[in-house]
Amino acid sequence: MIAEALIVSAILFVIGVVGVLTRRNAIILFMCAELMLNAVNLTFVAMAKMHGVTGHVFVIMVMTIAAAEAAVGLAIVISVFRQFGTVDMSALRTLRG
Amino acid sequence: MNRFYEFQFYLFSLIAIASALLFVTRKSPVPAALWLVNVMFALSGLYVMLDAPFVGVIQVLVYAGAIMVVFVFVVMLLNLGRSEISDLRGLGARLGAGLVSLALLANLLVVQRDRLPRAGLAPAAENVVTQVAASLFTDYLVAFELTSLVLLVAIVGAVLLARKRVTV
Repeated sequence: MIAEALIVSAILFVIGVVGVLTRRNAIILFMCAELMLNAVNLTFVAMAKMHGVTGHVFVIMVMTIAAAEAAVGLAIVISVFRQFGTVDMSALRTLRG
Repeated sequence: MNRFYEFQFYLFSLIAIASALLFVTRKSPVPAALWLVNVMFALSGLYVMLDAPFVGVIQVLVYAGAIMVVFVFVVMLLNLGRSEISDLRGLGARLGAGLVSLALLANLLVVQRDRLPRAGLAPAAENVVTQVAASLFTDYLVAFELTSLVLLVAIVGAVLLARKRVTV
């Protein structure tokens, strides 16, 4: 059961990485980051079956940080949209020389 | 592990992976968000089957109920729901992403294979929630209290960043 859970977790993480690398919509990028965090949480829970409930505590911490990250990140997206009128990451090239 | 349990486990795994693939291939953010909610629900089922019922409930409440609502709210606020133009990067970036992801997947699978238990597992503890609470409020009390500070900072930061500026 643990082996299958770990494989599912690896596949979900890689799907998130593919999303981050191939998309340009900032909101989709944030959602892919959430998917990666979820994959890591699945690893924590599966490992908690071997090593005791500390993994569950870690998952709760990760969820809290994910909520904070989503709130601040989406506020930045709103701010960027006000400034540039788009959330396309390749359009934000002010800092590129 | 009886047959029915195994069937349920594979079913939830399959739903999670299929929903994640559908999520990452949608063009518009709203269907993507809804498929991601589906992933969260399937993962919650997996958590319950892995003897983590509390984490499963929190997954539904916090991820599906709160975080994804914020995403959908921002999509609505910025009126991005109807973007049908593809936001895919160019061919070179996609090929690079494919190579990187294949290497990463192989790497993760090899690393995880070494972490698997050699012997059989101990039976599940009787009361996982009690153990989680005891661990959270004794060993990790400082981290737990610091989390509240992180949330406070995040609230203030989000309000400051998203506020309409009167003067720049």
